[in-house]
Formats: sequence, structure tokens, C-alpha cells
Amino acid sequence: MSPDELASLSDSLFSISIALYSLAMVAFSAQLAFGRRAARTRELVGAGGPAGELPTEAPAAAEGGRGRRWGTVAMVLAALGAVAHGGVLVARGLAADRLPWGNMYEFSTATVFVAVVAYLVFALRAPGLRHIGLFVLAPVVLSMVLIGLFLYAEAGPLVAALRSYWLAIHVSTAIIGFGVFFVSGIASVLYLAATRHEERVAAGERPGSLLSRLPGAAALDRVAHRTAVFGFPIWTFTVIAGAIWAEAAWGRFWGWDPKETWAFIAWVVYAAYLHARTTAGWRGTPAAWVNVVGLGVMIFNLTFVNMVSTGLHSYAGVN
Amino acid sequence: MTITAPPRPPAAAPPPARPSSGRRVAGLLLRWWRRLTAMRTAIVLLFLLALAAVPGSLLPQRSLSQNNVNQYFADHPSLAPVLDRLYLFDVFSSPWFAAVYLLLFVSLIGCVLPRGLEHYRAMRAAPPPAPRNLLRLPDAGELPTALPAGQALDVVEEELRVRRFRVVRREGELSAEKGYLKETGNLLFHLSLVALLLGLAGGKLWGYEGSILVTEGQGFCNSFQQYDTYSAGPLVDSGDLSPLCVDLEDFRAEYEDNLTAASFTADIGYGAPGEEGRTTTIGVNDPLRLDGDRVYTTGHGFSPTFTVTRPDGTSLEDVSVPFLPSDQATMASQGALKVPDLRPDGEDQLAVEGFFAPTGLVQGGVLTSVDPRPLAPQVALVAYQGYLGLDSGIPQSVYSLDSAQIDRGSLTEVGSANLSVGEAMTLPDGTTIAFTGYRQFAAFQYSHDPGQLWVLGSSIALLTGLLGMLLLRRERVFARAAAAPGDGGTVLTLASITRGSGENAPRFAALTDDLTNALTARRSAPRSPGPGPEDPPRVS
Ligand code: HEM
Repeated sequence: MSPDELASLSDSLFSISIALYSLAMVAFSAQLAFGRRAARTRELVGAGGPAGELPTEAPAAAEGGRGRRWGTVAMVLAALGAVAHGGVLVARGLAADRLPWGNMYEFSTATVFVAVVAYLVFALRAPGLRHIGLFVLAPVVLSMVLIGLFLYAEAGPLVAALRSYWLAIHVSTAIIGFGVFFVSGIASVLYLAATRHEERVAAGERPGSLLSRLPGAAALDRVAHRTAVFGFPIWTFTVIAGAIWAEAAWGRFWGWDPKETWAFIAWVVYAAYLHARTTAGWRGTPAAWVNVVGLGVMIFNLTFVNMVSTGLHSYAGVN
Repeated sequence: MTITAPPRPPAAAPPPARPSSGRRVAGLLLRWWRRLTAMRTAIVLLFLLALAAVPGSLLPQRSLSQNNVNQYFADHPSLAPVLDRLYLFDVFSSPWFAAVYLLLFVSLIGCVLPRGLEHYRAMRAAPPPAPRNLLRLPDAGELPTALPAGQALDVVEEELRVRRFRVVRREGELSAEKGYLKETGNLLFHLSLVALLLGLAGGKLWGYEGSILVTEGQGFCNSFQQYDTYSAGPLVDSGDLSPLCVDLEDFRAEYEDNLTAASFTADIGYGAPGEEGRTTTIGVNDPLRLDGDRVYTTGHGFSPTFTVTRPDGTSLEDVSVPFLPSDQATMASQGALKVPDLRPDGEDQLAVEGFFAPTGLVQGGVLTSVDPRPLAPQVALVAYQGYLGLDSGIPQSVYSLDSAQIDRGSLTEVGSANLSVGEAMTLPDGTTIAFTGYRQFAAFQYSHDPGQLWVLGSSIALLTGLLGMLLLRRERVFARAAAAPGDGGTVLTLASITRGSGENAPRFAALTDDLTNALTARRSAPRSPGPGPEDPPRVS
């Protein structure tokens, strides 16, 4: 195929993956609608055992057959969507004959791809987490639509500054770190919702919402923490690799350029999250809020800093 | 580590004897120290640090662009001085930013050092005795076996040693622990943060940076007098700069078909003053590195060359003046040529303001640039005569005319023209200005940062410590053997407790399964003589 054909194949796959994710969202909704409330086993509270490190909850064992079938359909659709999504990047890379993350369109598309893959891996390993699929895919579809509408850039060659093997190192890890934090942030948002819900149930109310079909708050908190623990060293590496690259490209390894500043802020916020989660008085809801702030900072760094601030890090290619 | 205890209700202490004021102050200081080194304080300080960095990215910073700061002052004449007093244009070198991170690091050191000592002791001590009631630990269970107590514990010990636990046997029970490296990683991480800060500070104190524009065929030497702009740490002695000179021999900019810049390279000669004999090529992402120093090309542009001939025949031949690019995509550039001393009386000076287009297109008399490559260079010139004010003591930009001089009438416009290479314009007094061609210039940056490698080393140590701290698991296993009630045999009580990420339950289940198998196997196989239960505690 010629580069032009590959580029338009990439664009078609982009639409196809949005369509497949949307269908998967419908199926996940059906799973939530038809599945009975997942019964939870008693959560053992060991004496002195730290909260949040409780034994696993029941793997949604009591779910109805119809709900489970919808769940499987949803997972298959999401996986197909992810395949198409991966195809967007591969075709882009082949069309431009380079790594497909040279501008903001490609970077964001790749980040959302990592988020979907991170979710799918989690959901395969812990079937109880399939229930949060709707809440993962909804922001995914929203992001994809916004990316397609506002960030789209033609496939093209890289500017000189990006022609370095550090592109493969720094940007790839940034994408992975961001994608993983994306899932972590969603898990914390759901955790906050689930805690509210559990409090209301404990208070004797019977809020009949979708929330009752989510995994328990403790499980969501654990997902948020484990993904953040996975993402944090990757993000740390991203920042270090960025500094090493900046030393070669910009003449200094750190200069408080807006992008650098916000990467640093994100790093500090995630460090605070990891600390908060092990500190009395911050555990639980406050820690989850810190994680949500972290996701906010990451998104701000991608959008506002790329499009509004002027700095050295301006390779967005958005007009 | 300081785990903050939940607030205790204030105990009704008996009124103490009034302590001496010295002890009161000491007590107060101790309380403050404790508070500063608590985890909770660290979290708040982390947040403050993040928050403190925010204005540095939203407001223009002097360290990034003095021009943007000036622009901000022009746009917000009443607000800007107030912000300036709060150091908001120099956030990252402001006292309050320093205060936050210094507090954080004092807090960090205050917390990590005691923790390091404790860790050192813990590594040499035996795992602690089993708690009295093992079944109350988060993961616990009982295993019945027909083996006698001592042999059952032997089996447990063997299984745990295979899993690289440190095991100690005590009377009828066993304690095991592994994952000391997790704590080591934690300490390494936090200490690396301190080392990193020291490296940054050292680089700031002893580092310097200078920038200069150099046209092909010219050069510069590493000295503050030569640089267009420079910044130096407070401990830099300008006599200590490495003696190095750099000549720009050739500069090349290459473009893709769609005019995306593909590469910028500069062929340079360098060496000690007077012997710039070594040659190399530097470019984007590829500076010249000498020990401790680096030379970069950070930009490029065109220096058009002019020949100015006076009516009396005196002339300036082929002067080249760097024009600064105002549009990187088309390399449209602007600059000025100032000719102060063609005649000795100084009242008839010549100044030319110019616009350079590497590939020019004239539409309706207006010159624009349509391509960054020098395919059809043209200049648009406006010439002035009068008094330039160069000797007035007020510094002037070499890249533009002082518009105040024009407004004041010191300089009057005497002609304008669009010229291609080889063309010339003639002023009313008979002076001719010829556009004779162009050279390229490169912007060079010379950097010296002695802390750089130290910072890199600290970052790598930091990441290593982080991985150890996050991925390893600190785990303790306890076992106690008691005679089963009734017909002999033994009941093994097992328990485990972990610190760190991940769930312990599946691992504990796996351990229990393996132990069950091992106990059964041992029962069917004739056992070899091994240590008995009466052996004294051993640590390995
Ligand atoms: C007074 C300052 C600090 C103290 C007292 C402190 C203390 C600690 C402690 C006790 C842990 C282990 C938590 C656990 O038990 O699992 C820890 C982990 C950690 N620290 Fe710090 N720290 C401080 C400052 C910092 C700073 C400035 C950063 C980075 C900006 C940082 C980043 C981390 C990270 C990422 C972890 C891993 C958290 C985890 O275990 O999941 N710390 N710190």
C-alpha cells in the first residue's frame, strides 16, 4: 500500500474503533442492567490488617447468565475495538515511516490505546472488574471523539528535534504511564462513588442505582493503587528520560519549561497519592481525591500546556 | 517511618512543676521537629511544592523569556509590579519556593535517617517471635499432620528457606522474614532525592551558560565579554572559564518536501585560543561534549551582506549583519544595518532597517517569504539618515533601530527599496546600498554544569530504589506446632503478614498447599536426621 492509502486506512480504523467501543459500551450497559447484584463475600478484617489490603471480594459469582453473556460480548467488542485502535497506530507509523507518536493526535490516540489495553488486562485477570467496563469505555469514547475532532493532524514527517532514539524511549514510556494513570484515575473516581453508595446503604437507604453492581469500594481502591504503583516508576522514568533528552536537544536537562513543570507537578501529586494511601488520616477517600487530582494534572498537561502555553515542548501539530 | 497515631484524647495530666524556660524551649523545638518529620507534614509539603510550581508555568518567567516578561509588564502595567514583588516572574528561584523544598528535604532527612538506623538494626536482628494468637493475623490457618512437632517445623523451615526467607527457630515455633531489600530500596529512594537536590544546587552555583550568534566564517571564544547573553552561578569565577574557541565553518539546514525541517548541522572547528584545529559537526540533538562543557547550536538564520558606497567613493565592502528570523516556517527575518562613521563629523549617519526573505515574493510592492530555503533571496530596505545615538550611552539592540530616534526626528527616512542579490539602491545624497548576497548564521550556546552527572547518577539510584520499594514485598511467616488433642500428631498453626503492594491471600494459599504436600511426602518417606526442636535459635 502507498503511504496515502495507509494514512487513510489509519483514519478509517480510527472511526471503526470508536464504533466498536461504542457497541461495547452498549453491551456493558446491558450487562449492568441484566446482571443481578454481585453478592460479596464477607470481607475479612484481620486484626491490625491495614485497610484496603483486604482479601479479594467474590468474583461476581452470583451474576445472572444473561448478564454474563452480555459481559462476554462487551469484552469481545472492546478487544476488537482495541485491535482496530492498535491498527490506527500501526498504519500511521507505516504511512509516515516512523514511530506513530510525533504529534498530539498520535500521542493522545496511543495513550487512550494503552488505557484500553490496561483495562482489558485487568478485566481478564480479575473478571469481577468487567463491571466497570462502561465507566472505562465512556471516557475512552469521549476522548477518542474529541481527539478526532480537535487534534487530528495529517500523517507527515517529524521535525528535526524529534529525530532521535529518545523519541522511542521518552514518548513511549510517557504514553504507557499516562494510559495506566488514566485507568487508575477512573478506578479512584468509581471508588469515591462506591464509597458514597456503601455509606448510604449502611445508613439504611436503598439507592437503586447502577453503583450497586460495581465491584466493592475496597476492590476499586486496590485497582487504583496497583495501577498507580505500576505507573509511578514508569512516569519517573519518563521524566528522567525527558531530562536526558532535553540535555541533548535544548542545552539543559531541566529548565522549568511549562511541560517540564507540569510533569513535575504530576509526579509530586502521584508521590503524594502513594504516601497518602499508607498514612493514617489520609487513607481512603482523601487519597482517592489525590489520585483524581493527579489525573486532572495529567490531562491539563496534555491539553492546556500543549495548546495554550508556549514552550520548547511544542510539537503538538495542532493549528 | 513516622506513622501518625490517631489523635489521643488529652489526658488529664497532673499539673507538673513549672519547667525551666530552657527545657520549655527544647520541648517546643522537639515537638516542632516531630511535627515536621511526620508523614502527614510531608504530604502537605509535597502538595505545597506542586502548588508552588503552578504560577511558574502560567506566568511568563525571566529564566525562560525576558521578552515575554517585558510584554506582560506592558500589558498589565499596574498588576505586573505587584506580581514581581512576589517573585512571580522568578518562581523557581524565589525564596518561598526554596522554603518549601528546603522544609520538605529537612523533613525527609529527619524521617529517613532514624529509619535507616532502625533498618540497619532490623537487618542484623532475628525475625521477632511469633505473636501469641497467630489466628488473628490477616492470613492464618491450621494444618494437621501426623509428624511430630519438631519434624513438622523442619518441613516448614525447609519450604521457607527454599523461598529465601530468613528463618529462626524458637521453642516450638518458627519466625521467618524476607524482603529487607524493600526497605533498603525505600531508603535509597529517599536519600537519592537528597543527593539529587545537592547536585542541582551545585550545578546552579558553579554552572554558567552563554549564547552568541555566529555568522559563517566567524567564531567566538568562551568568555563572558563575548557572549550576547550569559548567566552564571554566584560561585563562578570568570577567570576560570575553560579556554575554548569555536569557529563556524559551514551551516546547513535541510528540509523535507513539505518544508518540515529535517536537520540543522554546523561544521565547526574548535580548540584552545589560536588553535581551533579540531573539526566536528554538531546539530540538533547532537552537541559537542568536552569534559564538563557542551556546545550546542540552538538556532539559525541568515546574515545578508551589503556594500555601502558613499558619494565620495569611500565604501564598506560586504558587511554581513545577522537578521533574526521572525517566522521559523518561512525564515522571514528582520534586522538592521547601522553605519555610524562613514564621515568623521558624526551628524550624517546611515541606518537601514531590513526584511530578508530567503525565497521572496513581491505582491503589491510588499515582500514576503514563501520558503525557508534560500532559493531567491530578497531584501526590503528602509534607509534613514541622521544621528543614531550610539554614543549616547543608552544601550541599543543591534537587530533593530530605536523607534524613538525616528519619532524624535533624529533619523529621517531617505529611501526604500526591494532588492534581489546584486541590486542596489541609491539615496538622494548619492550613497548606494548594494545587496551582495547572504551567509548563514548559527546561534550557539555554551554550557557548563558540573552537577549534571551527579544529578543523573542520583536519578538512576532514585529509580532503582523506587523499583525495589514498590515491587518487592516484605513478608513475615510464623508457625507454631502444638500436639494435637487426642491421638497424637501435631497441629501446625501458620500465619503470614506482608507489607507492600498486592494481596497476600493467594500466596499464602499457595504456601499452605505446598506445605501440605511436603508434610505428606515427608510422612511417607523415611526422614533423614535433622535438627530437633531442642536446637537453639539460629539465624541465617
Ligand atoms: C518528609 C518527607 C518524606 C517522608 C517522611 C517519606 C516517607 C516515606 C515512607 C515511610 C514511605 C513508605 C510508605 C510505606 O510504608 O509503604 C515512602 C514511600 C514513598 N515515598 Fe516518601 N517520604 C518523604 C518524602 C518523599 C518525597 C519528597 C517523595 C517524592 C516526591 C516521596 C516519594 C515516595 C514514594 C513514591 C513512595 C512509594 C509509596 C509506596 O510505598 O507505595 N517521598 N515515603
